[in-house]
Amino acid sequence: MSLLFFAFLALIALIGASGVILSRNAVHSALFLLLNFVVFAVFYIMLGAQLLGVVQVIVYAGAIVVLFLFVVMLIGGDIGPVRSGLRRYARWVAVVSMAIFLLIMVLGLARSLPPTVPAAMAPDAGSVQAVGEALYTTYLLPFELASLLLLAGMIGGVVLARRYRSHTEE
Amino acid sequence: MVPTTYYLVLAAVIFAIGALGVLIRRNALIIFMCVEMMLNSVNLTLVALAQQWGNLVGQVFVFIVVAVAAVEVAVGLAIVMAIVRHQDTTNVDEINLLRG
Repeated sequence: MSLLFFAFLALIALIGASGVILSRNAVHSALFLLLNFVVFAVFYIMLGAQLLGVVQVIVYAGAIVVLFLFVVMLIGGDIGPVRSGLRRYARWVAVVSMAIFLLIMVLGLARSLPPTVPAAMAPDAGSVQAVGEALYTTYLLPFELASLLLLAGMIGGVVLARRYRSHTEE
Repeated sequence: MVPTTYYLVLAAVIFAIGALGVLIRRNALIIFMCVEMMLNSVNLTLVALAQQWGNLVGQVFVFIVVAVAAVEVAVGLAIVMAIVRHQDTTNVDEINLLRG
């Protein structure tokens, strides 16, 4: 039952991922990306990481996809043909190399772990309390550094997106 | 319960799709979306392995990755906007200001 549910969700995630790279319209790509992110949130909750599931919906599905859609709105969604300026064989080289990469990854992963499920974690191990406690005690320094990084990103975004007034104009 | 290996294989497939998108698409926005997708698949790997070993460190790491991804997308999209303002294109093949 659980396995069937997983297979269903995995199929939706793969449809979303393929839709992102196959759509001709950037808006469709962003919406397929949203589908992918929401399915991942369900996966996190299935894996006992409730807080991460909520964060995934808020940050990725909420903030990042909306940011993408805003930029698409500003610069236009029609982005022309999928392969412009790329030679035809280069595309197939990319496909074949990714297929080989995937084959190596899957072959490596298939024998890396025992097939049984250890279920070592308590069901509420990823709760807000547990993860918050870890973040604010053991991992306080990385947490604060992440806030510094967010501040730097904010300043960078404002500086880059600002409209420069050139001196020749005045 | 679903075996952890299934999650890992799914994450690998989605990572490969994202990398393929970065390679075959020429639009800077789509490339950004694919990069986000790849980051996300790695997050899934971390969460699955955190559950496998009963360790919370993986989930804490995913938090940091989410923060980095948010910063990356904000700065990256600002760069795309700046490029569109200067050159009126999002095609990465046409953005070759630094080519000698």
